[in-house]
Amino acid sequence: MEMIHDIPARAPWSGIIRKGQTLRIEDTYGQQAIDTLFYNAHDHGERYSSQDTLRTQGAAYVTTGTAIVSNLGRVMLRVTADSAGRHDTSAGCCSCESNTVRFGHNTKFQHACRENFILELARHGMTKRDIVPNLNFFMNVPISPNGAMTVDDGISSPGDHLELVAEMDVLCVISNCPQINNPCNGFDPTPCRVIIRD
Amino acid sequence: MHMHRTPDQIAADRQRYLDFQREGMEAKTLPEPSPRPGPKADDARLKEMVPGGWYTTLHVKKGEILRLVPGGASSVSLAAWALPDTTERLCLPDTVKLQWTTDLTKGRVIFSDMGRVMLSLVEDSSGAHDVLTGGSTPETVADYTGDAARNTRENMMLAAAKLGLDRRDIPAVLNLFAPVRVDAEGRFTWRPAMLAAGDWVDLRAEMDLCIALSNCRHPLDPDAAKVPPDLSVICLPAQPIPADDLCRTATAEARRGFENNARLQGAF
Repeated sequence: MEMIHDIPARAPWSGIIRKGQTLRIEDTYGQQAIDTLFYNAHDHGERYSSQDTLRTQGAAYVTTGTAIVSNLGRVMLRVTADSAGRHDTSAGCCSCESNTVRFGHNTKFQHACRENFILELARHGMTKRDIVPNLNFFMNVPISPNGAMTVDDGISSPGDHLELVAEMDVLCVISNCPQINNPCNGFDPTPCRVIIRD
Repeated sequence: MHMHRTPDQIAADRQRYLDFQREGMEAKTLPEPSPRPGPKADDARLKEMVPGGWYTTLHVKKGEILRLVPGGASSVSLAAWALPDTTERLCLPDTVKLQWTTDLTKGRVIFSDMGRVMLSLVEDSSGAHDVLTGGSTPETVADYTGDAARNTRENMMLAAAKLGLDRRDIPAVLNLFAPVRVDAEGRFTWRPAMLAAGDWVDLRAEMDLCIALSNCRHPLDPDAAKVPPDLSVICLPAQPIPADDLCRTATAEARRGFENNARLQGAF
């Protein structure tokens, strides 16, 4: 069975991926950051941990082979395919508040990923407390040996995709990033597609 | 139906970003590391020794200085929450993204998830801190014994509980005195030469905070199996802050962060 979910530009989405199912995330138009969080579907206190994920693999980016690790040290999903090559999990999601620091106080009243996350998490009984440093699929944030870190132009092309196989039942929460102040969406947020299949 | 933005809008926003990026990534005139060892702390209002493998919690008032002095090679994991609203907490992704660097050194600041500055790194002898890889866990210490088998994940669970918080509140932790760097291939490396005897940091609280500290060796530390030395935790009284204070003025992002602090307090 295959379920297809088209996520409009700038919008949130959430869904359950059962153990053994494959989550396919498609960057339909290219250069679109897809901010993503995972929770144990049966215990939301267990959730994605960027730090445990990166330390476990010994490397700073997410790609094929990455085990997505929870705050309890368990593997939630594994990345089994990735046509783009590299994804960020160190830069977090955009928020109205961080936008004011990055891009000036005049950007406070712009839609942001954290607004999407708060509203989508509320549907599952969660709050801002439950937002942890997320995965930024198709977002290009190189970290240099001297520590320099910046959001650069995306390296994904239209139709690029990645696939993750769930090793536990997970709740996936996505914000299809609305940011227009940096290149994470090519300054033009676009729709994306999620496919869940057995 | 998706409405694309116009080429003119895109070009204008791109140029604006490139201006921010150029200013944010240009070499900063940040000071040299603080001299080792740190000064005496005769006026401390609180001094506590935290044994290797253990943790502590404390409240720090706005303006007070939290001084951390490891007894030797060890790492200290830190989590922080705002008071009275603890849903505002340490946010490392924003801390590094907003300052265009993962290297936190003297003169840098640590942001909350609300675009405000929680802590200023007013003194720092090493600049050897890790924001990316978290602390030790039951899995990473599974082969160790005694206090070396204690770990930061469980310490943070215990510390949070004693502050009235739970695992949902625990943020990604800042590892002080943990010389983790990313090489050109994206791999993490441990650079022990960045640390030396007498290392210390002074963190100035920029809002009322509760803080959790875990004194455990980092999982990437080649000596992770050894019990770490005691950690000295010192809280010093607030001092007057000059208008040209380094941490408040070093970058445009820090200035805007402190404007957000002032706005919350009704002074901006």
